[in-house]
Amino acid sequence: MNPSTDTPISDPAQPASEVVIRASDSLFHFDWRGLWRYRDLLFLLVRRDFLAKYKQTVLGPIWFVVQPLATTLIFTIVFSRIANISTDGIPAPIFYLTGLLVWNYFQTAFAGVAGSLLANAGVFGKVFFPRLIPSLATTVSAVISVVIQCVTWVAVYLMIKASHPEPDSFGITPYALFFPLLLVHAAALAMGFGLLMASVTAKYRDLSFTMGFILQAWLYLTPVIYPLSSVPERWQWLAAINPMTAVVESCRAILLGESVLTAQMFAVSLGMTVFVLLAGILLFNRVQRTFVDIL
Amino acid sequence: MAEKPIIEVDSLSKCYRLGQIGMTSLRDDLERLWDRLRNRGGNQPDTRTFWALRDVSFRLNQGQVLGVVGKNGAGKSTLLKLLSRITEPTSGHAILRGRVASLLEVGTGFHHDLTGRENIFLNGATLGMTKREITRKFDEIVAFSGVEKFIDTPVKRYSSGMTVRLGFAVAAHLEPEILIVDEVLAVGDADFQRKCIGKMKDVASGGRTVLFVSHNMASIVNLCTRAIFLKGGQLVGEGTPEEIVGQYMSDTLTATSEEVFTGETPRKGSGQVRFTDARLDFSDSPAKVGYHIGDRFVLEFGLQVNSDRAGLLSLAVELATAEGLKLTNMVDRDSGFQVDSPLPGLYRFRVELPDLRLYPDRYTVGLFVGTLNGSVCYDYLPEALTFDVVEGGKVAIRHLPTSAGHVYLVPQWSYSHAK
Repeated sequence: MNPSTDTPISDPAQPASEVVIRASDSLFHFDWRGLWRYRDLLFLLVRRDFLAKYKQTVLGPIWFVVQPLATTLIFTIVFSRIANISTDGIPAPIFYLTGLLVWNYFQTAFAGVAGSLLANAGVFGKVFFPRLIPSLATTVSAVISVVIQCVTWVAVYLMIKASHPEPDSFGITPYALFFPLLLVHAAALAMGFGLLMASVTAKYRDLSFTMGFILQAWLYLTPVIYPLSSVPERWQWLAAINPMTAVVESCRAILLGESVLTAQMFAVSLGMTVFVLLAGILLFNRVQRTFVDIL
Repeated sequence: MAEKPIIEVDSLSKCYRLGQIGMTSLRDDLERLWDRLRNRGGNQPDTRTFWALRDVSFRLNQGQVLGVVGKNGAGKSTLLKLLSRITEPTSGHAILRGRVASLLEVGTGFHHDLTGRENIFLNGATLGMTKREITRKFDEIVAFSGVEKFIDTPVKRYSSGMTVRLGFAVAAHLEPEILIVDEVLAVGDADFQRKCIGKMKDVASGGRTVLFVSHNMASIVNLCTRAIFLKGGQLVGEGTPEEIVGQYMSDTLTATSEEVFTGETPRKGSGQVRFTDARLDFSDSPAKVGYHIGDRFVLEFGLQVNSDRAGLLSLAVELATAEGLKLTNMVDRDSGFQVDSPLPGLYRFRVELPDLRLYPDRYTVGLFVGTLNGSVCYDYLPEALTFDVVEGGKVAIRHLPTSAGHVYLVPQWSYSHAK
């Protein structure tokens, strides 16, 4: 029952570890070992996030089902029926729901990580543990809602497929097995941008009000409510430098078999993700050292 | 292998830029940048800095309990924060050889919607325990906290006392090599405080090293084997707890056991008779810096009679707590003592209380002289002196928190079998 009894966890009576406290002069020094030592905390925080969410809301996990469906319904009415935006021949509800699968995850994780320093300021001022842990926990616990959404997705997919006049015009591909990797990609992006944002808002509290706007603008710049194929040729480069484009498009490519994404665009996104993640970790690492002083 | 000190602190310093404390907004910074750009050349550095800690160095060997004393703002909290790795020093370094657990607050990170059980795991992990360690000590933690019945109840339904007890219980079972504690003992009821002190003594006697910050001089003397004294961010004293507490007391001048009264001393009265000076004699007391319960309280004071028409005098000595609660007013004639119309001149008095029965705390001594019928006050100094009753001594056989009382009375007990 209890996983901890059979998991090899470091012996508490480990040899005395030596901690040296000094002003870090190196920008690149990062305490990976410390992060590993606190892995149990990461696990417990993920559990806490889930339990707290589950206990707090009246609807509990039902919300994770209702929210993407409601968003999909609104998108279908507004963008497909009223604005007549193309969905590349794919039935609109499943088109939006597929894009939202990764976008919602990215949005939740990004906002969570961006707010992690300020949200945990009280605890950080009283006890030391790697400041990256709550951000990691947010990123991981957001996966739980993706899992629930995946179930919703399968149900909607089967329903639409069954009622579609040409059921073979779209369909899931074997590459769908790579979906978890896509989530890792989105998680890395969310961490990278989130940590950058967290570092900046730690110093400039007023910038945290821009988060809502950033996320909204980003949604429209990412092909969630329109396919990449409908982006004019001369604007394609703009879509390509948005690393989320490749994530959302690949998601539709592997789950619906529809995309004009090129390998080159995907590589650009991957490169940017690595860069943003490293930059985020470095800046965050810099800020977290004395972050409690500017509270 | 030669014994290396378990804590080595070398010229540790922490500087705060005054403008940096508190939030900055982007607008503030842009304005500052704009100002700087406009008067180019006037590129003066921001000199509004504040050294919360400066060049503090000390060593601590395994098994020692170090007390850190100092007034508010002397740098105690900053030192603890640096050693707990909550923030980084500006310069200098510290080496901690062993697992560190710091207790700057009890129950940090409790989540109110989660149960006591869930919070024990979460809080334990926050403090650096592994899940396995918590599982192993779980029953012990629950028993120590005394909240067994509510362990599966959300913490939001706990009383504040229960929350504190649960928090301390988790922290008490950390088993680190180095424990850093900030006055958590000031919480909880008397019974729980005693439990906490007992636990801290266990930790220390178990060969672990403790760094302890407190305003309570009695607990410093009681618990610590060494002490350091911080003042204005600098280390100004290091030695045995008794030495350091003595230095702290005499330095801060809050416990003035000896005083020469001047026109600036807060006093009332018409002035025909005046107190000149007063002192408390601790020389017979083993506590040295104050009294223990049961010690001989010795007060000496000088009295200057300025008028030959002062008449019959009434003298009184008041004792009050530092908070101002009056405990007793000892009037001379209650002891059958009377000064007959003294001639002008200087007189010396000695007041002895063979068996001081006050709980450990800080007390003030007030002095009064007036006419016998009390209608005229010649001189009244409400806070002529202050002194401490320090925990310990031959009479005190248990911990005596002032939350439980101030006067130590020893009645005779008897019982009979009432069937």
